[in-house]
Amino acid sequence: MKPAAFVYRAPASLPEALAQLREFGGDARVIAGGQTLVPAMSMRLARPAALIDLNGVAELAFLRAGADAIEIGAMTRQRTLERSAEIGRHARLFHLALPHVAHFQIRNRGTFGGSLCHNDPAAELPAVAAALSAEFVIAGASGDRTVGADGFFAGLLSTALEPDEILRAIRIPYLPGSCGFGFAEVARRHGDFALAGAAAVLRLGGDGTLDLARLVLFGVDDGPVRAHAAEAAMLGERPSDDLWSAAAAAAVAGISPVADLHASALYRREVAETLARRVLRQAAAELRDG
Amino acid sequence: MADGKVAVALTVNGERREALVEPRLLLSDFIRHVLRLTGTHVGCEHGVCGACTVLVDGAACRSCLLFAVQANGAEIVTVEGLAGPDGALAPLQQAFRDCHALQCGYCTPGFLISAHAFLRDTPDAAERSDAEIRSALSGNLCRCTGYQAIVKAVRQAAPAYREAGLEERR
Repeated sequence: MKPAAFVYRAPASLPEALAQLREFGGDARVIAGGQTLVPAMSMRLARPAALIDLNGVAELAFLRAGADAIEIGAMTRQRTLERSAEIGRHARLFHLALPHVAHFQIRNRGTFGGSLCHNDPAAELPAVAAALSAEFVIAGASGDRTVGADGFFAGLLSTALEPDEILRAIRIPYLPGSCGFGFAEVARRHGDFALAGAAAVLRLGGDGTLDLARLVLFGVDDGPVRAHAAEAAMLGERPSDDLWSAAAAAAVAGISPVADLHASALYRREVAETLARRVLRQAAAELRDG
Repeated sequence: MADGKVAVALTVNGERREALVEPRLLLSDFIRHVLRLTGTHVGCEHGVCGACTVLVDGAACRSCLLFAVQANGAEIVTVEGLAGPDGALAPLQQAFRDCHALQCGYCTPGFLISAHAFLRDTPDAAERSDAEIRSALSGNLCRCTGYQAIVKAVRQAAPAYREAGLEERR
């Protein structure tokens, strides 16, 4: 249970970190909060030749309300998001999801960017990013590029990041008007990764029908699954329990859950459908009350 | 190069400490084996049990999920830092004793640090529900007590933290 030896670098700036990453030609890993990487190294599941520690890169830890989006530096601690009034105003879905992310001791250290780049299929924050149509600003040798959530989450534990790139920031576009949010998951114990989970965002237009509907499932496939077909079918409709049931059924039609020690694929699918219905109801209740 | 040691300088329980460490040395092992502060316990060594929880710059963290080199410049508080300079038990420690909130004691240092951080950040903890206190303690595992007595102890210590907080703001 002790990590293998590695070279340690603590860059003070992002250009320095990118240069150090290139220097090791793919054998180095960047370390953010380290709440997944350190145990993986202790169990020797990961054996990087070098660690580039981003904790001293101050330019990556920020939270800014921009003109059209809230911008979150990749090294922003999960606990900072949890306690931010700015996030509460503009992206409240975070505040529904974060209490489910491990325990506060882990969130004190764990970063938003780290969770996204790891892309564990059962993790909450990639699902939140997908539901909020986050944009990912990626820094590389030739400058920055921006990728949408659908493009960023590339598959099981993998993202659009190239080996010599570092996630700089995440932009969460503002959702104009009054939105309702829903978030729910089922885990073996509080703080565990989800067996299945769901997140929803709904908004009503002036005519009382939905003009925005987002539904994301997680823990049931390679990464967060945006239920595009279910979303499209809800647009222009009036909120109703029948609508949520139909959307939930449509959402799980497109997933391929895995079976493991904790749950069968069938169980995960059934839980996902129930949770999808539940989060849509939650979001709709917020519309009614808010 | 890979086995090259790195200099770290940090403050532990108010005392300045310096050492040369291998980058792969976990903070938990640094605290126990280099600094000889064996109050911090190591249970699972992969971030699940919470026995190794310490304060890093005021924030409760798993010391087994940090490398000692990453704590360079940081201010660390371990369970040894909770008691008064004369060794008198802090109100939280006294409450654990009064309520029998420990049996074998292996998990206790981690519970004390987590509960300390929770009470410090939650001035009205005494009025919070058991569920909220349990949620704050959910990152620490105890295999002996069944948690009832630990929740009771945290509740008992809450007024002392509120008074200390008021004192500080004065």
